[in-house]
Amino acid sequence: MTTLIALVVAAVTFGTVLMFGTLGEILTEKSGNLNLGVEGIMYMGGAFGLGGAFYYEKAVGAAASNGTVALIIAIVAAFAIGALAGLIFSFITVTLRANQNVTGLALTIFGTGVGQFTGEFMRVKEGGYVALSNNLKEVFVKPIFPQALVNIPVVGKLLFSHNIFLYLGLILALVMHFYLTKTRSGLYLRSVGESPSTADTAGINITVYKYLATIIGGGISAIGGMVYITTTAGCVWNHEGLAGVGWLAVALVIFCMWKPLNAVWGSILFGALMIMYLRLYIPGLPTEIYKILPYVVTVIVLVLSSMRNNREKQPPMSLGLNYFREER
Amino acid sequence: MADNCAVELRNITKRFGSVVANSGINLQIKRGEVLSLLGENGSGKTTLMNMLAGIYQPDEGEILADGKVVAINSPKDSYALGIGMIHQHYKLVDVFTAAQNIILGINDEKMDIKKTSSKVREICQRYGFDIDPDEKIYNMSVSQKQTVEIVKVLYRGADILILDEPTAVLTPQETEKLFVILRNMRNDGKAIIIITHKLNEVMAISDKVAVLRKGEYIGTVNTCETNPQKLTDMMVGRAVTLNIDRPKYADPKPLLKIEGLTCVDKEGIKKLEDVSFEAMGGEILGIAGIAGSGQKELLECLTGLYPIQSGTIKFDNDGEEVNLVGMAPMQIKNMGVGMAFVPEDRLGMGLVGSMGMTSNMMLRSWKNGKGPLFDKKAPESLARKIWKELEVVTPSTSFPVRRMSGGNIQKVLVGREIASNPKVLLSAYAVRGLDINTSYTIYNLMTEQKMKGVAVVFVGEDLDVLLELSDRILVLCGGKVSGIVDARTTTKEEVGFMMTSIGGKGGEV
Repeated sequence: MTTLIALVVAAVTFGTVLMFGTLGEILTEKSGNLNLGVEGIMYMGGAFGLGGAFYYEKAVGAAASNGTVALIIAIVAAFAIGALAGLIFSFITVTLRANQNVTGLALTIFGTGVGQFTGEFMRVKEGGYVALSNNLKEVFVKPIFPQALVNIPVVGKLLFSHNIFLYLGLILALVMHFYLTKTRSGLYLRSVGESPSTADTAGINITVYKYLATIIGGGISAIGGMVYITTTAGCVWNHEGLAGVGWLAVALVIFCMWKPLNAVWGSILFGALMIMYLRLYIPGLPTEIYKILPYVVTVIVLVLSSMRNNREKQPPMSLGLNYFREER
Repeated sequence: MADNCAVELRNITKRFGSVVANSGINLQIKRGEVLSLLGENGSGKTTLMNMLAGIYQPDEGEILADGKVVAINSPKDSYALGIGMIHQHYKLVDVFTAAQNIILGINDEKMDIKKTSSKVREICQRYGFDIDPDEKIYNMSVSQKQTVEIVKVLYRGADILILDEPTAVLTPQETEKLFVILRNMRNDGKAIIIITHKLNEVMAISDKVAVLRKGEYIGTVNTCETNPQKLTDMMVGRAVTLNIDRPKYADPKPLLKIEGLTCVDKEGIKKLEDVSFEAMGGEILGIAGIAGSGQKELLECLTGLYPIQSGTIKFDNDGEEVNLVGMAPMQIKNMGVGMAFVPEDRLGMGLVGSMGMTSNMMLRSWKNGKGPLFDKKAPESLARKIWKELEVVTPSTSFPVRRMSGGNIQKVLVGREIASNPKVLLSAYAVRGLDINTSYTIYNLMTEQKMKGVAVVFVGEDLDVLLELSDRILVLCGGKVSGIVDARTTTKEEVGFMMTSIGGKGGEV
């Protein structure tokens, strides 16, 4: 039982990382932009988020630094770099009408490089080690609910013991769900992703919707990278841990059928698959095989989802296609 | 206002690169009037209307609304002037409901789907539409989708409606229904512009006809003072005969015998059910039916492209009877069953858009080369032959076919199939989207083949043409044979009813 609870808690921690990555990409893809740069965006988010908090602490001194401020700075820094990446993507694909796949892949390579460089640069410059002080770390990982709630047997651990990012992610998923299904602007955004020519002839400004969705989506995805570095990686720059996480987020978007609420349980499930080999020993199963589990599941999911014939569960119809009004 | 002129175009010119789509066009659209816009393919009708809809901006000239010069820079401006366009390819989001589609882009009222739905029902009642505002678009039939488009425009309070080829996908009954609605709207004081290729429809619905030719404005005439022949002459610029020659072949004999043909698609839905018929050499067998009734599947079954569940296809191969079921497409082709299939996008099946005529000819003969190299001479001479004989307009045989106009692409496609001397020629939508002049060239080619003893199967959309061109007509309804009638004695109404119900009985109930 204890092992199971520990597994769930660890799955949620890693799942939160995926949740932000996935939610951001859902928003982007709803506008018809297929941003394959999530991997790079999350790398940059990790490096810049950590850098933001680290240099804030360095500037004001460990004693004077405020945890909440550090948290906000980390979020803002990660969001900003992700939004910048989204802006670059939008400019290249929406304004210059370049191929989205190529642009996204380039963004992944670029972002991974920038993230790695920034992280390593900080590490070398600061003498081999970039880490927040322990009381700042605390803010990123500690439960936000009172200890009394956390101490409730089973339920306390399962529901109340998580860090602040999980709850932010849940709120974000709810807000996105409400936005996409209940608001006018959400309806417009979906129409842009489904059929830009329809939206255009209806007088909706496609360019604005595509830019904003991609920029905000990029920012949200980048927060996922920051969450990884500050929680799972323990506020220390780690250039290996994020490898593949962005791609998993892209696959999760399909798994969730472009629905934000599905992203909540989907990312926790995938979080579990990612960390299971550390927590749950299965006799006779080599770790190497165990570790490929999430990718095997992804492949199966992709195969299954391509067989679905329900019109409601399909990707936005113009996903990956650029729109040009005067094209004949 | 005195002259009740809703919109006026003055000296409109639009260029795409070096191509002049519209040059110096003048047009007046009045309230309470239906204006037909007539012209061959590429004569600039849609381009001109897109300028009213705010999709394109004119390079020269001015647009006047209610006597004032206006600039229409976006679809929004266009809506503000009360102009609504129903595009040829519907502008609808499939996964939305009708009501959701209708409120797209309307910002000035609170979003309330329920209120929208009831307002939509009101409009439906007023004009006699029949749609459910809460129904998803992907569940709707083509004519329902079109209705949503019209309601969408009316919901926004448009009083100038532009319809781009609205009848292309409708059955005769649906077309008649649409015309009733259009007349209602005209009597309601709305200005209506309708783009169409079908002259009988022009005569039936419009008050005035404006003719464009190669991007230039030829003139406007009152419908009551003209006739189809005069309009065609205006459109083409010279006298054209409008009669399809239908000679009888002396000795028709069955070449294809299809019995009990049934096939299912991936989801297990029956696309064809117990289809039996004979295709005779020296005869054009027309195939009619609402879009998606199994026409495509039937032709694909015959050419070996679609898996067959049961049934036989017997082919008379020089006196020897062969069952085509289970044969590879290439074998079937080699036996002389040719197919000129023109899909909706024209280039999807049969031709490679970025290649020239010669290379496209080679798609049929690539096996003939020796060793790893292909033979380029034969296809080149074939390409030149088609270029000359069918009057294909292209700068050279290596010019990418994608950049040719629709009619020329179709000529290349049909020409290639005919050149392989088929015994059976299957064609689907061979004249889709073609103007009258080019269509007649294609019809004549079909008839020429028929007189050589070829069995021609012609899947068509325009019933008038099917009735004039074919010897017999097979009507498909939901994948079943609704009936086979003699094209010389049947009527359009009879075929229309058979399209919507097996045997045509439902129509009389």
